[in-house]
Amino acid sequence: MVLEQLILNGIIAGGIYALIAIGFSMTYGLLRFLNLAHGSLYVVGAYLAYLFFSLGMPIVAAFILAVIGGAIVGVAMNYSVYKPLQRRKSNSLIMLLASLGIFIFVENLIIALFGAEVKTIRTGPIIQGMDFFGAIITQTQVIIILVAFVTLLIVEVFLQKTKAGKAMRATADNKSVAQVIGINVERITTYTFALASALAASAGVLIAIEQNLEPTMGLNVIIKGFTASVVGGLGNVRGAVAGAFLLGLVENIGIWFLPSGYKDAIAFVVLVAFLLFRSQGLFGRKE
Amino acid sequence: MFPYIENLVILGSIYSMLSVSLNLTMGYTGLFNLGHAAFFGIGAYVSALLALTFGVPFWVAILCAALFAAFFGFLLGFPTLRLRGDYLALGTLGFAFIVEAILKNWTEVTRGPLGIPGIPRPELLGFSFSSLDAYLVLSLAFLAVTIIVTHRIVNSPFGRVLKSIREDETAAQTLGKNTVRYKMIALTVSAFFAGMAGSLYAHYITFIDPTSFSFPVLILLLSAVIIGGMSSIKGSIVGGFLIILLPEPLRFIGLPSNLVGAGRQMIYAALILVILLKRPQGLFGEYVFRRKRK
Repeated sequence: MVLEQLILNGIIAGGIYALIAIGFSMTYGLLRFLNLAHGSLYVVGAYLAYLFFSLGMPIVAAFILAVIGGAIVGVAMNYSVYKPLQRRKSNSLIMLLASLGIFIFVENLIIALFGAEVKTIRTGPIIQGMDFFGAIITQTQVIIILVAFVTLLIVEVFLQKTKAGKAMRATADNKSVAQVIGINVERITTYTFALASALAASAGVLIAIEQNLEPTMGLNVIIKGFTASVVGGLGNVRGAVAGAFLLGLVENIGIWFLPSGYKDAIAFVVLVAFLLFRSQGLFGRKE
Repeated sequence: MFPYIENLVILGSIYSMLSVSLNLTMGYTGLFNLGHAAFFGIGAYVSALLALTFGVPFWVAILCAALFAAFFGFLLGFPTLRLRGDYLALGTLGFAFIVEAILKNWTEVTRGPLGIPGIPRPELLGFSFSSLDAYLVLSLAFLAVTIIVTHRIVNSPFGRVLKSIREDETAAQTLGKNTVRYKMIALTVSAFFAGMAGSLYAHYITFIDPTSFSFPVLILLLSAVIIGGMSSIKGSIVGGFLIILLPEPLRFIGLPSNLVGAGRQMIYAALILVILLKRPQGLFGEYVFRRKRK
């Protein structure tokens, strides 16, 4: 009973983490730095959805607009900060620090605009959850799982089958070779940022619908995102998805043994363990 | 007005100690060290608990705090310093969050989010450092020690090896240097001074809680080093004071109180970005980090 519930919670968390981790891993593959500002796109997505929803839009429209908004913000970040830094050949510490700067800026901009208090998106009356193999699942959670899975599937097909998706993978794998064979690296970078940011924003909206919104919610999720990417092997998109579900499960089953206050620290223990013993991740190649 | 300025100078010198010591690892050795705020916290908690639970005098407590933080620096360095750049950043950031989680959740010892109040001010031979003037002298003295030691380190042959590790670790190894050992010593020394600053902070504010050493503090320290300039002690001192002084005007322009905190953080963040984009060497830096040619 308890175990089933924890596993289910782990899968739901894993779906959200996967949406974050994919984008994080993609931008890492492309620019080779840890883009912590990826977490702020999640917050931006959630607050845009909140804004549109409180303006009276239906939740689906708010969702779509928030995702588009997130993609635009992500591309803007790349153009205003990362691209000039790359052009000056800054190393990855400088890029990391810049992304940290963006992250803090966005978080506090949202506090200034929306206030620091917790917000909620109420899409309907709260109904009792359904029984699902001995675990309770609410309607919203079903929707979250469905949306997350469908999105992951679409991304997988996009990256494997379409020309733009293949170009993205090629560019992440080796920029100069991609350039040599005629891929417009500049444009692909923009696409990658748009896709990665849209995914992060959609994760933000999903969480906003189920739980609450807080300006500081980005930090926690970016920790999960990069842990999942490291577990799966940085730069490896499928690995990131596997890592995300693994992390979701370990974390939720872990609080069976540990006080729940340590839930977020579990991710870091997993992270540090992987960094030490298998830094190329579960599926990564040794460099 | 005067006590107000004295207070800022005391805080400024504590943060300068932190930024100078962070620069030793981040600027001079080129380590992606994001765990500095945790050493600060460890020092503060060790010192406060020793003073309150066992009645240990400040002078012993601050030494224990520094040694304890250094020990954790050593422990952290043992596994993580073998990792390359990005992974080291993640490892040290992970360490910082684990320390924060322990401070928050190990309530029997740390009292968790309630924090520890009533930490005594230092005393020496019957003279109490409870006045602002006395504490000002005390913190400036500790800052001076930090600066002198760091200055001696980075201008010694040892410091040249640290810089060579930053420039090209493989080359340093080829010349027979045990680079992991050098990085370890740099991290341990840096943690030692962060612990010392933590103790000084705890006995000055007389109250500590986990939020005093969490993520926003890390941002503060990173801004101080970046604004002042990597690999510049002078820069880090100026940076440490600047981050304390910069948000002060916000107090006087009458912003609503709920915006002051956010405004302050936004100033730091914007400054980090502007400096990185427009003047990557900071105010006084001698060195610009560039990607190595493959």
